[in-house]
Amino acid sequence: MTDFATYLKEERDQEWREELRKQIKNKERTSFERVKMPEQKPDIRNRNNLEVNQGLTEEQAVKEAQRCIDCPNPTCITGCPVNINIPKFVKKIEGGDFLGAAKVLKETNGLPAVCGRVCPQEVQCESQCFYTQKLKKPAVAIGNLERFAADYERNSGSISIPETDKPNGIKVAVIGSGPGGLAAAGDLAKYGYDVTVFEALHEIGGVLKYGIPEFRLPNEIVDVEIEILRKMGVKFIKNFVVGKTASLEDLKDEGFQAFFVASGAGLPRFMNIPGENYVGIFSSNEYLTRMNLMGAAKEEYDTPVLKGRNVAVIGGGNTAMDSVRTAKRLGADRAMIIYRRSLQEMPARVEEIHHAQEEGIEFLNLTNPLEYFADNKGRVNRMRVQKMELGEPDSSGRRRPVPLEGSEYDIDVDLVVVSVGVSPNPLIPEAVKGLDVTKWGTINVDPESMMSNIPGLFAGGDIVRGGATVILAMGDGRKAAAGMHKYIKHSIQKN
Amino acid sequence: MTKIVGKEQFSELVTLLEIDAPRIARQRKPGHFVIVKIGREGERIPLTISMADPEKGTISLVIQKVGVTSHKVTALNPGDELTDVVGPLGHATHIEKLGTILCAGGGVGIAPMLPIVQAMKEAGNRVISVLAARTKDLIILEEQVRAHSDEVIIMTDDGSYGQKGLVTQGMEEVIKREPVNQAITIGPAIMMKYAAALTKKYNLPTVASLNTIMVDGTGMCGACRVSVGGKTKFVCVDGPEFDAHEVDFDELLMRLGAYQDEERADYERYLKTIQ
Ligand SMILES: Cc1cc2nc3c(=O)[nH]c(=O)nc-3n(C[C@H](O)[C@H](O)[C@H](O)COP(=O)(O)OP(=O)(O)OC[C@H]3O[C@@H](n4cnc5c(N)ncnc54)[C@H](O)[C@@H]3O)c2cc1C
Ligand SMILES: Cc1cc2nc3c(=O)[nH]c(=O)nc-3n(C[C@H](O)[C@H](O)[C@H](O)COP(=O)(O)OP(=O)(O)OC[C@H]3O[C@@H](n4cnc5c(N)ncnc54)[C@H](O)[C@@H]3O)c2cc1C
Ligand code: SF4
Ligand code: SF4
Ligand code: FES
Repeated sequence: MTDFATYLKEERDQEWREELRKQIKNKERTSFERVKMPEQKPDIRNRNNLEVNQGLTEEQAVKEAQRCIDCPNPTCITGCPVNINIPKFVKKIEGGDFLGAAKVLKETNGLPAVCGRVCPQEVQCESQCFYTQKLKKPAVAIGNLERFAADYERNSGSISIPETDKPNGIKVAVIGSGPGGLAAAGDLAKYGYDVTVFEALHEIGGVLKYGIPEFRLPNEIVDVEIEILRKMGVKFIKNFVVGKTASLEDLKDEGFQAFFVASGAGLPRFMNIPGENYVGIFSSNEYLTRMNLMGAAKEEYDTPVLKGRNVAVIGGGNTAMDSVRTAKRLGADRAMIIYRRSLQEMPARVEEIHHAQEEGIEFLNLTNPLEYFADNKGRVNRMRVQKMELGEPDSSGRRRPVPLEGSEYDIDVDLVVVSVGVSPNPLIPEAVKGLDVTKWGTINVDPESMMSNIPGLFAGGDIVRGGATVILAMGDGRKAAAGMHKYIKHSIQKN
Repeated sequence: MTKIVGKEQFSELVTLLEIDAPRIARQRKPGHFVIVKIGREGERIPLTISMADPEKGTISLVIQKVGVTSHKVTALNPGDELTDVVGPLGHATHIEKLGTILCAGGGVGIAPMLPIVQAMKEAGNRVISVLAARTKDLIILEEQVRAHSDEVIIMTDDGSYGQKGLVTQGMEEVIKREPVNQAITIGPAIMMKYAAALTKKYNLPTVASLNTIMVDGTGMCGACRVSVGGKTKFVCVDGPEFDAHEVDFDELLMRLGAYQDEERADYERYLKTIQ
């Protein structure tokens, strides 16, 4: 048996778990309905910026936790990129030890309040749950429970600061303060390193701050996690673009022994169709950054943002959903998703698509933009689209959209947000000579240690994967921290 | 937080601020810019690094008051702090010994022009600078430009100083008179548009430094995009300097106007609050 399986079994065999299992029969557990997450009403929330999901109450959380049958072979864990001991934390909730549950989460995940909110659970942990796999019933609401435990701990005022090893005085650098960088910083601090996180922007948090809107992930939650890292001794330097403000060589000369690059996939793609540079056409990065990082919709902030009555958002990912729901909240009469495939193929989280539909977002699926038109001041006022149908599957396994000849028609729009994907941030690949980069611009790393071809330079998250997820970036950060630890120990031994 | 250590008032509208930024002072090259933000609620605006003193660890910015943020920044005094300063950003100017270089700076564009004039001269070029502005007061840094130029021609719209006329007239005078190997133009978009049209007529290779609206300045948002040779480029990471004959200046002008109404209203509101 592998170490991990042994550990899971030992944990499961503990008396308290056995006790809990005996209290309710499995048959009864599986007859319970999945507890519904309390939400703000659609016609109210689409006019405010408060969180849509309001969190489970204690009773609801316990009730939901009771559904989990504490499987001898918990397949759910295989669906979680950081292998959270899911039944253990869920059973802690069932037993009423909510702080204990949070502690279990923190063993492997530094940002449970974030992941509980934004992980695409339906394709990760929850897709592998016994309920989904064998019973064909709604999975145990692992994400909602994770959020509950993390929120409970944060609100309890007795948030635990992870223990750190004795400081070893060795300086290491993390480049980028998104989830990948934060996860690595946490683990490196635990190992006792002197960790500095460099961030190009004036706020810490990466996409968690500038991308994902308040109504899905309040900034305050991210700030609490950053504060914990500070208490663990992590230093943060904002307004510092590695490769520009200082080169990697400079930082080496200043004593940094190893680097973790988590610089993300920040470069927005456009479609290169006629009229795409008219005023009123944004990348989703610009639109969301103006709103979330720069506070454009708030009276007291200086940064402006254009408002639209008829807003079209091009794309079907999380970024597109966030943009279109933001436009609705800013008062758009029509807020539309224009997506070239069908609802089935949409990469966004199922919950976000569902929420968007409830909020009155229009979905123009199997539709593709061809051209934009503008008024005499250059402000977009109309777009031409074409209908599509689905053909044979392409290399990604999704059915390829094929244009329907003669199906073109025009839509009135005064604001367009282009959300058709991002490319890896080129700053570090450009600044580090000899770095092994793929033709897509992502950094090549050893999948075990996360080290690039440059000794001491590690990378992870979106800069390695292209656009991926928060939890995958965090998993990479943790792996890289372990890799860096090994690398430094080894190089110290050699000298 | 970044401290202001020196200030000089060039005119009613134009101010030089010397700020404490040792790392940027060490790294920067002619053509680089910084992004500055003032206050928690402030906007991020790009400003060219006009001069730097690596020993002292300071950089100098020359700022023209046009709206809320530039107004707030120019109102700062030594001892005050800028909330955020990040840089150096953008690609540095390509400096090479080419022969004769014609540097055409308009208004506040003279400030970013200065380090280029200096570097081109040091590289062994003959440098002729044409400085242009609406009126005498807006001709800035004349002395410093003179110190590194073989010749300086001054043009004002109203004839209050130097010759009366546009920057293009000063440029044409030189082009007609002697062989020029390269032109560089920095200033308002409309001025660069006409400068580029002029040099195109003479087949004179020309570089323009573009001043689009920016947000992050690191290639993340695309607010700064512009068409160059029919392709979309990001000024903050691909520029700010481009082949002036390939730039779509009409699109640039259109995009610069994006927030005009909002900004004018904001500025008027702001001016009322500080009265
Ligand atoms: C709008 C939006 C919604 C999303 N929704 C979800 C979701 O619901 N669920 C989910 O799992 N995923 C979601 N994602 C994807 C997820 O956010 C990313 O996969 C994740 O943030 C990647 O993390 P990262 O650490 O690799 O980089 P990022 O979060 O991109 O952070 C990179 C940071 O590095 C900084 N940086 C870059 N270069 C330098 C440099 N040279 N020096 C210093 N700093 C530098 C950048 O400024 C940035 O702050 C969403 C993404 C977006 C844009
Ligand atoms: C790479 C780069 C370098 C620059 N260097 C300098 C410099 O050294 N000194 C300096 O004074 N300015 C410089 N600028 C221009 C400066 O960034 C703008 O003047 C500033 O953003 C205006 O902000 P504001 O809030 O004061 O005015 P806003 O209220 O934002 O704008 C007021 C008016 O100015 C126009 N405007 C807005 N942004 C720009 C812009 N980027 N360029 C031209 N006009 C604009 C608007 O159309 C508006 O009508 C540079 C711009 C770029 C892109
Ligand atoms: S971190 Fe994400 S994938 Fe892992 S258990 Fe939590 S919600 Fe599921
Ligand atoms: S697979 Fe589902 S039921 Fe089984 S332990 Fe995991 S969460 Fe509980
Ligand atoms: S300013 Fe955002 S990409 Fe250039």
